[in-house]
Amino acid sequence: MSQVTQTAPAYPKFTKAMKATHTILIPNMAPVQFAIMKAAMQHAGYKVEVLGNCGSSVAQLGLKYVHNDTCYPALLVIGQFLDALQSGKYDLDRTALLITQTGGGCRASNYIHLLRKALGKAGYGQVPVASLNFSGLEKDSGFALTLPLLRGLLAGIFYGDLLCALRSQTQPYELHKGDAEAKTRQWLDTLCGWVGRGQGVSMRAIKRTMPLIASDFAAIPKKVVPKVKVGVVGEIYVKYSPLGNNGLERFLANEGCEVNLPGLLGFVEYCIYNMAETTRLYGGSAASVLGPDALLAWLDGGEQAMRRALTQYGYHAPAAFKTLTKLPEGIIGMGNKMGEGWLLTAEMIELVQAGYENIVCAQPFGCLPNHICGKGMIGRIRALYPAANITPIDYDPSATPVNQENRIKLMLAVARERLESGEKPGPGAAGQAKSEGENPFYGELPRLRHTGGRTAVPARG
Amino acid sequence: MGYKVGLDIGSTTIKYAVLDEAGRLVDSRYERHYSHILEKAQELLAGPIAASCAGGKAAVAISGSAGMGLAESCGAPFVQEVFATRIAAKKYQPGADVVIELGGEDAKILFLSGGTEVRMNGSCAGGTGAFIDQMATLLKMAPNELDAAAQTAQKTYTIASRCGVFAKSDVQPLLNQGARPGDVAASIYQAVVNQTIAGLAQGRPIAGRVLYLGGPLTFSKTLRQSFDAALGLAGVLPQNSLLYVALGAADYAAEEFALCDLAAAIAKKGAAGAGVYASQPPLFASRQEYEAFHARHLKASVPRAAFGAECGPVHIGIDAGSTTVKLVVMDQDANILFTSYQPNLGSPLPILRATLQKLYATHPGLEVASATATGYGEELVRAALHADYGVVETVAHFTAARWFMPDVDFIIDIGGQDMKCFKIEDGAIGNIFLNEACSSGCGSFLQTFAEALGYEVKDFAALGLFADRPVDLGSRCTVFMNSSVKQAQKDGASVENISAGLSISVVKNALYKVIRASSAEELGRRIVVQGGTFYNEAVLRAFEKEMGCEVVRPDIAGLMGAFGAALYGRQRAGQGHKSSLLDAEALAAFSQTVQSVRCGGCTNHCQLTVNKFADGSRLVSGNRCEKPVTGKADAGGRNLYEIKRRLLAAYEPRPGARGSIGIPMCLNLYELLPFWHAFFTSLGFAVYHGPFSSRQLYLDGQGTIPSDTVCFPAKLAHGQIKALTGMGLDTIFYPCMTYNLDEGLSDNHYNCPVVAYYPEVLAGNCPELAGVRFIFDYVGIHRPADFVAKMAAILKKHFEGVTKKEVQAAADAAYAEYARHMDALRAEGARIIREARAEGRRIIVLAGRPYHIDPEVNHGIDSLITRYGAAVVTEDSVAAYEQKQPTSVLNQWTYHARLYAAARWCCAQPDADLVQLVSFGCGVDAITTDETREILQRGGKLYTQLKIDEITNLGAVNIRLRSLFAALDEKQRAAAAETLPGQERT
Repeated sequence: MSQVTQTAPAYPKFTKAMKATHTILIPNMAPVQFAIMKAAMQHAGYKVEVLGNCGSSVAQLGLKYVHNDTCYPALLVIGQFLDALQSGKYDLDRTALLITQTGGGCRASNYIHLLRKALGKAGYGQVPVASLNFSGLEKDSGFALTLPLLRGLLAGIFYGDLLCALRSQTQPYELHKGDAEAKTRQWLDTLCGWVGRGQGVSMRAIKRTMPLIASDFAAIPKKVVPKVKVGVVGEIYVKYSPLGNNGLERFLANEGCEVNLPGLLGFVEYCIYNMAETTRLYGGSAASVLGPDALLAWLDGGEQAMRRALTQYGYHAPAAFKTLTKLPEGIIGMGNKMGEGWLLTAEMIELVQAGYENIVCAQPFGCLPNHICGKGMIGRIRALYPAANITPIDYDPSATPVNQENRIKLMLAVARERLESGEKPGPGAAGQAKSEGENPFYGELPRLRHTGGRTAVPARG
Repeated sequence: MGYKVGLDIGSTTIKYAVLDEAGRLVDSRYERHYSHILEKAQELLAGPIAASCAGGKAAVAISGSAGMGLAESCGAPFVQEVFATRIAAKKYQPGADVVIELGGEDAKILFLSGGTEVRMNGSCAGGTGAFIDQMATLLKMAPNELDAAAQTAQKTYTIASRCGVFAKSDVQPLLNQGARPGDVAASIYQAVVNQTIAGLAQGRPIAGRVLYLGGPLTFSKTLRQSFDAALGLAGVLPQNSLLYVALGAADYAAEEFALCDLAAAIAKKGAAGAGVYASQPPLFASRQEYEAFHARHLKASVPRAAFGAECGPVHIGIDAGSTTVKLVVMDQDANILFTSYQPNLGSPLPILRATLQKLYATHPGLEVASATATGYGEELVRAALHADYGVVETVAHFTAARWFMPDVDFIIDIGGQDMKCFKIEDGAIGNIFLNEACSSGCGSFLQTFAEALGYEVKDFAALGLFADRPVDLGSRCTVFMNSSVKQAQKDGASVENISAGLSISVVKNALYKVIRASSAEELGRRIVVQGGTFYNEAVLRAFEKEMGCEVVRPDIAGLMGAFGAALYGRQRAGQGHKSSLLDAEALAAFSQTVQSVRCGGCTNHCQLTVNKFADGSRLVSGNRCEKPVTGKADAGGRNLYEIKRRLLAAYEPRPGARGSIGIPMCLNLYELLPFWHAFFTSLGFAVYHGPFSSRQLYLDGQGTIPSDTVCFPAKLAHGQIKALTGMGLDTIFYPCMTYNLDEGLSDNHYNCPVVAYYPEVLAGNCPELAGVRFIFDYVGIHRPADFVAKMAAILKKHFEGVTKKEVQAAADAAYAEYARHMDALRAEGARIIREARAEGRRIIVLAGRPYHIDPEVNHGIDSLITRYGAAVVTEDSVAAYEQKQPTSVLNQWTYHARLYAAARWCCAQPDADLVQLVSFGCGVDAITTDETREILQRGGKLYTQLKIDEITNLGAVNIRLRSLFAALDEKQRAAAAETLPGQERT
């Protein structure tokens, strides 16, 4: 028998010429940030639409055309694309799709291929898919990440993160319902206008503008009363996307909480940081560390400006990325870089330290990296910070909101009780509450051992 | 202060407690609500509750998973149920340390003393009341009968309790093999206990004064005893143990309501808000549409003849299925003379015996030409009743469908427990799809829900036919479906719409989870649907609607296995054949004894079930090899899995100056043991490795697993740590490895996230590591040049005086040993292939990952295949024959690249086929399975996937493998017939 040679099926490429002819659809993840990023792409000459369709047919189409054991974000993103293509709103010969690829060892790098398979099966084989990535994948794509575009996208992240932080810290306390949302909309319009014209995207402009925005929000009349503060961490899509997390942010807000979703910038910095860290861990040319480190330093400038703008007007500023890199010490290794990796663990610690000790750790059902950096680290964080009140929530096409909400409500009930009683189990308090003979694994603080910087100490509790 | 009322609405029951001014419990109730939540709540509030409260007014709080929406709609405060339990426990049992509360679908542990903490089961955890109910249904017992039976137990079996679906697949074979119901019942309670302690306590000890709360613990004495025994203490079942949530809610209540107003508000919601849920179009637009549909399906019937004295020789087909026993008698012309369809009541033999005796009695002189058995109980029926032939279920079903529709190109059979679908290509079974452990959604699934809601399954299904807005329930496993139904109930969906929704979800499950089809064209145009579940017209209609085509459902849909078996026997027997089936006399004397013994043949210690029959014949089941049957075990010479295990076991510690180091046998270390063994031996360490895993090893480590949805191979790592620390080793080495070696077959060479970083989880969660030097740094062996410097720096942190030169030498030894080991593997693989070809054996590439050789992970599937006469090689032994080729997915993991390469290799071999082992929860395999299937299909090969988890039920695996071999034989026959026209092949 002769050797069987097989070729994978060909798929249409996104060519340079399509920039002029095609409308690019992008899935919606973080609504505020993505709105500005859309403006940046329009300035770069692309016709773009951020998808807003979210009916039940989205998940149904995902289930129909993607392997059902694939993670939930893939099902939703692909389902959302297919639902849009089916809607008849788009000229199929003049429509392209854009999807991100992190290039890491997690399944997410394969979404684009699953999308192409699904398009073929659903009869949309002609629709090209472009990849947005920093890892050199899909090099033949006509979608070019030029420097001006990159600056526009980053501006979208800076402004978007700031707006979200301001909104979420204002809304629960505003005297007049709707002020914070209106202010957010107003700034979003302004910023989209600027970025769409290529303005306001330089680091200098960003640094200048951020205090203006913060001061404008600070002018909203509020009454600050103690509220339950909840942080949300997780797999990036279900963390941000209301479609993915059944409107988690809204649910928590309705429960009377102040919600803190750490920004997108941290994830971008994390991806850049990992490039250098990989070289540091496993070897490689010293030069390969320079680029990422320089880029991080540059981003840090903007980040510090954002923190100043927030603190200047009385807001809580999330810790800088530089600080985040120090937090996992002794808890998780910095080489843990698949999915949200060490960043997720670092964010949980940062939230607890900043007073957002009630945390929802959101992930798709069966999320591989989160077995480790999410669920795997919760026990350890609890042991180090007894105030941590963390609940992991799985999202899935058939996981029902009632189940998820019930678990979140349990976490909130504990949070409210603590808020009302003023009891806050700090490390000291736990030490008192627990004598060592009673329960050897509870509330024990890790001891540094001779094994070097990393410790292997049980963290149960 | 006035009266206080707590209303607790759970997934299956509604409870309330009324406290008077003095805080005394004056009225309470506990009853099932059969999903009529709104009506029930309204009725209770306006009726008995209002009557108990002075002036019809009281402070009210609502709790319970189904109470959330209700509270919102009527404006009463909601209190989370675990929280309410805590309030009540603190008030009524102030000295309690721990509360264990099992409910309908939730399991909770509350630690009250020493750092309050509440634990609730995750979304993928069974071990609750619904689980016990499901198991009781399976045993045909009421819950109280289950408890009574368990009290008579003499021993317990291991039953997976993670979810009902898995447990079923453990329980069913036990029943089919004749295990005592009492023992099985006790095992079910034991499983619940294990699940609760391991899944929820997660290492935190349960001690002190323990309270038992909730329905299952209140009603089952055995369950309480099992907890007592497992915890080594005497727990307390307090007074009002069913009402703690309601009592806590009552205590929490502060806002006063007029109870009638509250009831009215709920009624208003029932009228106005009802029906805000995701729905789908109705099954039938009109009565006429239904009539036409009904009439069309009536046409598909088989010829029947009178079962008279002159019917001539008959052929009997027996299908001993998982929940039912089917029997068909046909004459020489395949006219049906007699059929029987009965529940197997846990044991098919007495039923078959009675049926056959009746046949002999009513038809004296009956001439049986052949008897053929199929289904789960095939072996049992053959051994006990001496049926002439056995035929694998898939072939029986195909035979029946083909008789019905000669050019059938797709068959889907949904039975009680399993779902079988197969595509027919060129007159032979092509692709086979069986439901995996996690995608239930079969007949018994509908039955369980029907019974939970208080209906007979037949009536329940019929309710859905004319539902106006069927609930959209998705297509997931039963555990998820429970909560979907709960959600629908909360949203006020009617029972009719829930019924229709469940029927539709059965179909979606079959289509999208099992078959993975996206359109009817993919399946073919000639579709036969069968199996008892298709008698249900709602399911039948949902299937046609979902696929957008008309299908044929034979009127004997539920008997197709038996019908096919009879046809098979008719074909095999030929003229004048006389069956060996027990005659009337032998049947009268028939008896069966069942014994359960542990095999002492080897270290596996299989739990054997030995059936002995009156005529001296016996059947041994539960064995992993032939030793208990024939006295001889296969030497494993044509099983590369076995050889790999032997190669690894040969790495023994050599005494060294630097002390001892332990390496767990888990995940990637199944491949890298040779590497690290050589590395540390060269550095002067005595290198010990963990044992191959076992059930006990898994249970030992189970308590420290933080994520219950991670794959089973990863979970075993916890047991490995326990085993190594138990050996007294003070240093354990298990590095984190983002990257694997690059073998040039892929675009990148990652490990999957779990393999890459699992040591982090162990470090953070295993208390055994407290006094141990656990080295789990990030190591990159993919860059040999950098490895030495990086590794030297790591070792310097842990040990004194390790020089770079020594590390260089150790690294050289390690890379050399690894290469030698892999070469040895490939050489053994080549030898097995060569010898198999010389002996004319089939070659099966049992493709998985290195850790799939662990006997606890693969459950002996490797030796099962060799028992069928085939040779087994591994994916890594043949991958090297292939070059890198483009794939339609991103090919970025080293292990998975081998899988694709192995699939391509098979495509070019006439005598090699691939069987893929997929660990449940392996997210990466959601991508690789479709790609592997495509590669094989493009190469004209069959794709077989075996999904494995902690379950040890090999029944489904057997069906799959036998179907594969049957299909391969058929293909070979067809090919031979084509090349040699006119010549008969034997």
